[in-house]
Amino acid sequence: MTNFRDLLKQAKSAIDETTPEEVRRRLEAGERLEVLDVREDDEVQHGLVPGAQHLSRSHFESRVEDALPNKEAPVVVYCASGVRSVFAARTLQELGYSKVASMNGGFSRWKDLGYDYSIPKVFDASQRDRYARHLILPEVGLEGQMKLLEAKVLVIGAGGLGSPALLYLAAAGVGTIGVVDSDIVEANNLQRQVVHNTDRIGTPKAQSARETLTRLNPDVKVVAHEFRIDASNAPELIAAYDVIVDGSDNFDTRYVVNDAAVALGKPVVHGSIFRFEGMLSTFVPYEGPCYRCLYPAAPPPELAPNCSEAGVLGVLPGIVGTLQANEVLKLIVGYGEPLVGRLLTFDAQTTRFGEVKVRRDPKCPICGEAAGDDRAAANVTNGAVLEKAGTPTA
Amino acid sequence: MSVEVRIPTVFRRFTNQEAVASLEPGTIADLVAQLERRYPGIGDQLLAEDRQLHRFINVYLNDEDIRYLNKLETQVSEGDTVSLLPSVAGG
Repeated sequence: MTNFRDLLKQAKSAIDETTPEEVRRRLEAGERLEVLDVREDDEVQHGLVPGAQHLSRSHFESRVEDALPNKEAPVVVYCASGVRSVFAARTLQELGYSKVASMNGGFSRWKDLGYDYSIPKVFDASQRDRYARHLILPEVGLEGQMKLLEAKVLVIGAGGLGSPALLYLAAAGVGTIGVVDSDIVEANNLQRQVVHNTDRIGTPKAQSARETLTRLNPDVKVVAHEFRIDASNAPELIAAYDVIVDGSDNFDTRYVVNDAAVALGKPVVHGSIFRFEGMLSTFVPYEGPCYRCLYPAAPPPELAPNCSEAGVLGVLPGIVGTLQANEVLKLIVGYGEPLVGRLLTFDAQTTRFGEVKVRRDPKCPICGEAAGDDRAAANVTNGAVLEKAGTPTA
Repeated sequence: MSVEVRIPTVFRRFTNQEAVASLEPGTIADLVAQLERRYPGIGDQLLAEDRQLHRFINVYLNDEDIRYLNKLETQVSEGDTVSLLPSVAGG
């Protein structure tokens, strides 16, 4: 009758073993060594060998060929002490991997030797549940969801456009959301500003939004900026975020936000509405046009009635603001085709969308040739934004 | 066949709330003149004192901004669609 000791002995005699010292030497020498951690999820949370892939033994046989497609590549397997990895290495051998070794002493020994280790980004059980519908989308998945949780998005205005954008960004798990608004919730806002509610009348909008979003998703850190954004504070505020959502209600703010965001290399997802019509575009500095390329100047007040004078259909900002959130997700995660170099228009009376081209204006005072191409100097956002933003039609 | 000009909400107070105007082909400047004859007052909304387009109004021939075509001299043919798109700030 074979017992555990016999089984271990047999497996050990069939495979190669290596040491943490040797593994570290090979990794530091730049060898393309596949390192596989076969511990359970809760063990890996406290650290793993830098660059190692984690595949717990419960899914090992079914998933390892996807994780390590090249059976000729050298593979080192480790666990906590070097027992489970012996059996995993034996399994790999049986699956046809030709250069497999188990790391003696495992991660405990690695840590005792004082070698570097990384703390993996893992989802806890409640996050796996909350984001389940994202995690099974190949375009988002674990990696995309992690990008969302690490992203910082600033929403200018917790009003008609900001409300749906904030709700969906928080629901999607955008980790840090800044809300800039100096206004107080009023009863006449509630026809469209759905992030607030009747109990919040008289409360600062940024605070009210924070309360709603925190209840929707406790993963999200909501920063309430209870002031009006202007030229003096915009650069510092915008610099702290990856993507800006412009849901403001006046031209001054829109140009201030644009100019600061271009200077800092931050993408702005623009939305604006009037009565029954809205428009939307994504401005990625130097990759596509900016707001001033689209409209070089604001109209004088007599030619620019605002929504409080002219009215606005409540559901309209709901549609446009939701589309803004959709743009933000694409920029952060990196899938799809952002609305760069394109302006989407929406007419709520006819339920018609239109699209026109927006070109980068070479004479733009902010992002044109005269302004100098500061792209290299700009503190450009995360890689996904630039990789996927693409070049606009020009 | 004629040219279809889409009128945005902001200007519909001049057009008895009509959302589309069917006009004769010509240059954009010709179309603006036709609009002004039909709907007095709308011309000043589109053109500044120097008779150029206001910098906060974009005009598109189909999906192309006329600033990158031939500006007000851009020729519009039968079947084309012209869209007027003023800058709006509401949020």
